[in-house]
Amino acid sequence: MIAAVRTFIMRSSKPGQPSIALILSALIVASLTIAPPAYLLFRIIDNSSAAADAIFAISTLELTLRTLAYTVTVTALATMIALPIAWLTERTDLPARRIIAILAVAPLAIPTYVGAMVMIAALGPGGMFSDLLEYDFPLPIYGFGGATVVLALFTYPYLLLTLRPAIGALDPRLEEASGSFGYGRWTTFRRIVLPQLRPALSSGGLIIALYTLADFGAPSLMRFDSFTRVIFVRYESTFDRTGAAALAFLLALIALSIVALEVWTRGRKRYDAIRIAGHPKAEQIRLGSWRWLAYTYIGTILALTLVLPVGVLSYWLIRGISAGEQISSVWQELNETLLVAGFAAIVTVIAAIPIAILTVRHSRFSLTRPIEVLSYSGYALPGLVVGLSLVFAGIHLRVLYQSYAMLIAAYVLLFLPLAIGAARVSLLQVRPSIEDAARGLGRSRWNVFRTVTAPVAYRGIITGGALVFLTTIKELPVTLLLAPIGFDSLAVRVWSASSEAFFARAALPALALLVLSSFPLLVLEQIGRRR
Amino acid sequence: MNIKKDTLALRASGLCASFDGIEVISDLTFDVREGELLAILGPSGCGKTTSLRLIAGFELATAGSLTIGGESVIESNNFRPPEKRGVGMVFQDYALFPHMTVLENIEYGLQGIEGQHQMTAQALAMTNLTNFGDRRVHELSGGEQQRVALARAIAPQPKLLLLDEPFSNLDPSLRSRVREELHDIVRQTGITTILVTHDQEEALSIADRVAFMTSGKIVQIGSPEEIYLQPASIDVAVFIGETNVLYGVVSNSSVDTPLGTFAASDNGSIAAVLVRPEHLVLSKIGIPATVTHREYYGHDQILRVQLDDTTLVRVRIDSRTHHLPGDRVMISLSEAPLVLAASG
Repeated sequence: MIAAVRTFIMRSSKPGQPSIALILSALIVASLTIAPPAYLLFRIIDNSSAAADAIFAISTLELTLRTLAYTVTVTALATMIALPIAWLTERTDLPARRIIAILAVAPLAIPTYVGAMVMIAALGPGGMFSDLLEYDFPLPIYGFGGATVVLALFTYPYLLLTLRPAIGALDPRLEEASGSFGYGRWTTFRRIVLPQLRPALSSGGLIIALYTLADFGAPSLMRFDSFTRVIFVRYESTFDRTGAAALAFLLALIALSIVALEVWTRGRKRYDAIRIAGHPKAEQIRLGSWRWLAYTYIGTILALTLVLPVGVLSYWLIRGISAGEQISSVWQELNETLLVAGFAAIVTVIAAIPIAILTVRHSRFSLTRPIEVLSYSGYALPGLVVGLSLVFAGIHLRVLYQSYAMLIAAYVLLFLPLAIGAARVSLLQVRPSIEDAARGLGRSRWNVFRTVTAPVAYRGIITGGALVFLTTIKELPVTLLLAPIGFDSLAVRVWSASSEAFFARAALPALALLVLSSFPLLVLEQIGRRR
Repeated sequence: MNIKKDTLALRASGLCASFDGIEVISDLTFDVREGELLAILGPSGCGKTTSLRLIAGFELATAGSLTIGGESVIESNNFRPPEKRGVGMVFQDYALFPHMTVLENIEYGLQGIEGQHQMTAQALAMTNLTNFGDRRVHELSGGEQQRVALARAIAPQPKLLLLDEPFSNLDPSLRSRVREELHDIVRQTGITTILVTHDQEEALSIADRVAFMTSGKIVQIGSPEEIYLQPASIDVAVFIGETNVLYGVVSNSSVDTPLGTFAASDNGSIAAVLVRPEHLVLSKIGIPATVTHREYYGHDQILRVQLDDTTLVRVRIDSRTHHLPGDRVMISLSEAPLVLAASG
């Protein structure tokens, strides 16, 4: 029986068709991703009247509008921060632009809840500045404004990542052509350059918008009632679990509509239709004395996103120690975070590879499209939604509830798109002919993957792993909801201390978190440079 | 030449293939004898590369059968995967493994084979790559990469060697030298070879036989001379070399053209008279014409001349004769033209 199954699975499949082992593994992963939203839906249908009460309340409409306004403002603000930096580091002669480009991405290592905590610990009542100046000045940092600024400051690097390659790939001849018709620089930028940057702007903006919708820590600390905060409060305090589930489902729908909107507005327009290979690199714009303005601008952003967090955290750490406060070691938390994030990264990468192969090599195969769409659902689903649905599922699956397996599964579901995307990019660079050549030289499919495809595509696989590792250590809501008993991650420590404004106690785990996150960023930077 | 007339290295019969329901190969039937070099020639998109991939096992046939070295590899539901066909292939982009050295590339196909070091050394020596073993693939020139691809393909001593447009990625100035080298190597090993190309000069100059393919079908198969001098259709004739095509209606078993009257069959049908430019000469007596253009090539030249009834023909002449547009000349045929029925 087992032998029969084995021969069925390993049966050499026809050329051009994916092997059965590949289809099965991709199908298993994809079907797991549909479990959380499906479970949430069952739960709502089960208590449909309570769910309807929660969804059709006036407060829910207000909540939706407020969250949308918040998401749009954050995305716009992040674009305004990222676009000049991307332009300055790609197209001008700004000295030290390479280092600036690296530093400008570094805020990705700082979770938004740490960013929010830093703002409060610096500018809030009883914060660092009022402490140093010995004067309590009332800054309006809480609420919509504060949450928006924090989110934009710590998410703009996502746009930088999509914008910089797009700006670098611009064909300067198009701008020269526009200039030859007598149009000035500004008109050329608006009519020729900006439309070409649209795909990069909208894909980067989509990432930020979805991040903003899903982010739980920062709005909670900034006391802004976003969707995630309201859901969490309902779940935690009032035991209105059906209401929480209904709102979580609504949030998932909003996220999906934003994805759909992006896909729809992108439409069928082509921006690369007449790109000619090997176009000249754009000439660098000489800044002259404008460079001081550029430095001031970039300096302000970096001061707010890098210097301030590290400075404020160090200040509180030293103050805490000198005040004789009990600063417990974070060694245990560091180890556990490392272990869980490392494990999540490995499992996610392994789960992503069959799907990436399917989408790159077998795009015509009938199941490829549905599998791809399903596996990308984690991209749109907020962590809080996935976490909540697994908590509800845990009521029936007691063995798994608060187990490491369930925690890791949640991370895999959420971060699978990161690993698939990275693996896809590098698989696309592996020419199919070298796989054919290897087959022709007497190797089986699996052997070819092991000896040719994987070694050639390893950069993308490592990139995916590093991205998943980075996002896992920063992740908050899923970790809060699903943490096994006794599991204490750095993120949880930072959260529990800072939500009660124990800044000195939050400082050490937060600093440890920053150090830990900078390693995957360094790996990503190294891989990016060697391309 | 060491072609064994009686032993078949490959027999394809009735092979068909389709992509998304559109047939791209229909009824592919041909034999290759042991030690023979067969060129499949045709315009791009005619299905020649797909034919090669069918033989190698990278595409699926929808019908037909294929035997390689007497062993059936495609037959109804029996499909032998590429790794079990013993076929060597040189890809158009060479498909070298970028993460391996030259030596590792060549050894890749010899894993677990006894005497692999000797076989590798032999393949390196044969392709003049003996000192290149430790080089990385991206350090090599295009011609060197092509030799590595060839060495890798022949190292396991395959029953059949497939070459997919092996010269198309080379600099034109390198092409004839590399072609000569490859021809020598293939001859030395005596390996049965199928070469796919869209370059008629390439096909004619190195193949023992040429198969002309268009729209997924083989139209004609024969020696280079047969293909050039007795093309089976106007398509073949025009593709394989410059041709003046003149049409006329057949009456009294002959067709009347501005270049003369020639025997033809099927009274009432339209016949095509095919005259290669080198089969026309300038002469003292003949058909009067006016030179309109001159294309000077060095080794020879083409005169475009207009006959007095306005028909334009191309005449190939030696490179020393000097004529300018406007000159009056006389042309005549040096060889009997080919008369074909004009289909359609």
